[in-house]
Amino acid sequence: MEKFTKVSGTAMPLLRANIDTDAILPSRYLTRTTVTGKTGFGPYLFADWRYGPDGKDKPDFILNTPPYRDAKILLAADNFGCGSSREHAVWALVGYGIRCVIAPSFGEIFYNNSFNNGLLPLPLPLAQIEALAAQIEKGTGNRQMTVDLDAQTLTAPDGTVTKLTVDPARRDALLKGLDSIGITMQGWDEISAWQAKDKARRPWSYL
Amino acid sequence: MTAPRTLVEKIWADHEIRDFGNDYSLLHVDRNVMHDLLGSLVFEPLDRMGRKLPFPQQHLITMDHGVDTDPGRGDETKIPGGKEGVQGLRRKGKEYGIENYDIGDVRQGIVHVVAPEQGFALPGQTLVCGDSHTTTIGGMGTLAWGLGLTEIEHVLATQTVTVEKPKHMRIWFDGTINPGVTPKDMILHVIGKIGAKAGNGYAVEYAGPAIRSMPVEGRLTICNMAIEMAVRFGIIQGDEVTAEYLKGRPFAPKGALWDQALAYWRTLGSDDGAKWDREVQIDCSAITPSITWGTSPQDVVAVDGLVPDPAKAESADRKAYIERALKYSGLEGGKPIAGNKIDVAFIGSCTNARLSDLRRAAAILKGRKKAAHVTAWVVPGSGLVKRDAEAEGLDRIFKDAGFEWREPGCSMCVALGGDKFPPGSRAISSTNRNFENRQGPGVRTHLASPEMVAAAAIAGAITDVRKVL
Repeated sequence: MEKFTKVSGTAMPLLRANIDTDAILPSRYLTRTTVTGKTGFGPYLFADWRYGPDGKDKPDFILNTPPYRDAKILLAADNFGCGSSREHAVWALVGYGIRCVIAPSFGEIFYNNSFNNGLLPLPLPLAQIEALAAQIEKGTGNRQMTVDLDAQTLTAPDGTVTKLTVDPARRDALLKGLDSIGITMQGWDEISAWQAKDKARRPWSYL
Repeated sequence: MTAPRTLVEKIWADHEIRDFGNDYSLLHVDRNVMHDLLGSLVFEPLDRMGRKLPFPQQHLITMDHGVDTDPGRGDETKIPGGKEGVQGLRRKGKEYGIENYDIGDVRQGIVHVVAPEQGFALPGQTLVCGDSHTTTIGGMGTLAWGLGLTEIEHVLATQTVTVEKPKHMRIWFDGTINPGVTPKDMILHVIGKIGAKAGNGYAVEYAGPAIRSMPVEGRLTICNMAIEMAVRFGIIQGDEVTAEYLKGRPFAPKGALWDQALAYWRTLGSDDGAKWDREVQIDCSAITPSITWGTSPQDVVAVDGLVPDPAKAESADRKAYIERALKYSGLEGGKPIAGNKIDVAFIGSCTNARLSDLRRAAAILKGRKKAAHVTAWVVPGSGLVKRDAEAEGLDRIFKDAGFEWREPGCSMCVALGGDKFPPGSRAISSTNRNFENRQGPGVRTHLASPEMVAAAAIAGAITDVRKVL
């Protein structure tokens, strides 16, 4: 997994609640994994919002407007990534170049999928996100933000620094780019012993 | 003496291998159900590690997401890559020793229809699947939830998963259920009442007299849509109804193991005095047949009600929300939802494609015909549902009414590209998501019970099912 230490770049506000994973990556692209595995989904990010039926960019969609084409950080509203469990939604964001999504709450499957792919989902209160979006939309031309996972800080476009708290285990895995199977396998003997005991305790559950 | 616990806390404790002490636990996974979208990709870490499955028999494969549902289908799919997904998973399943209910097998079907049907999901177990609607299986009394593909890789390698401890919500259903009101209407009502993000961070237990008296298939419908209010786990305690349903099914325990399982299941109910972080009371007598009007499952209205009027919205945010949804759905605010013309009627999905669903829809369609302009489909949830429905003659009723009778799969619920409805068409659908473009670009989806879908197909427009009962 790609490490996440620090991301600096354009922040794009998309403050609509309940943005679902169908919107992030429409279902007709799901079987592309048989061609490109977990990569190659960037071009299909927000496809139905981003492209018209003719396949051309819709000029009014924010990601298609020049200041945001190189977005690295996404500001969103409640329940971002709700709906389908498709990890493709995360692969599409990462594939496009977005490494951090800041939202008041996340679809829980999306949230876990993010950590497994070097995408940092950062929960912040809506008022704080709205304040960041307001700075960006004020039109000063400064849309740059920095998320530093090592220092656990967020730098707003106006330079204000906010302290972040990220779960220590999650943070460690992102900083080191550790894969979850590797971490769990370190404790395999303990797991295996638990499972053997469980089989004796709940034999009806084992086939 | 342990403190009073909820059903979910009890199952959690009995599966917790390690408490990470930071709100996360490593849980043992009893069952994992896999589908064609995972393809061979999900086996890559195992291939790389040269590792075998610790418990191959605790996994089950069936093909549902990308498969075609046309009669006479094979591996070939209309969506590019669909065939490779099916064949890749088939190959890997064989290699790793996993049972596969493949295309052509009468046991093939939608993962969340197949698992209960085969007795592969039992009360008190943990079950995962790479699909968000795995909450469905909570209707068996199973702690069941959806995972992403990388988490499934982890399950395959270790038979465990790391998961955050939930808060606990209980939704209590009381009161008399009105004619024409189904489990689908009940869950739509709940989501409409508490909202699409209300369950974030929660496990929800559905309880109360109206749940206890509900057959298993209805419970599966209720739990299916838990995810639509952002809940990770939706569950109903396994009881005598569940046991009666399970007894004798292929994977259900037999003999002494059955007795042992039954005794254990009886210990799992939420204790009196268990702590609930949130409690919701639902008076079933206040529920009418319901339907969605917008682009989120929370956009619910009684079928005899009005589409929300943005002019009467209580806030600027709400006004903008309604306007956006109406723009997509093409409805007029403040007008009755009933009477809006539909183009497509779809009965299928892990929400409502079981035998009882088809029976109830067929009862409405018997001796009637769909409106000429409506495209109408039935996609049974599994090969067994299809076989049993045909044995009862339900297929004839559907076909005589002008419905297409298709092969089992997820079909138009996920619109993987094979099955298509025309852009801009208005669909009434027994499925679970009315998101923008969910059933194809520009398709407008109205979620409702199978009976409501049948009634609308006949009328050619959204209609109150109580008029044709």
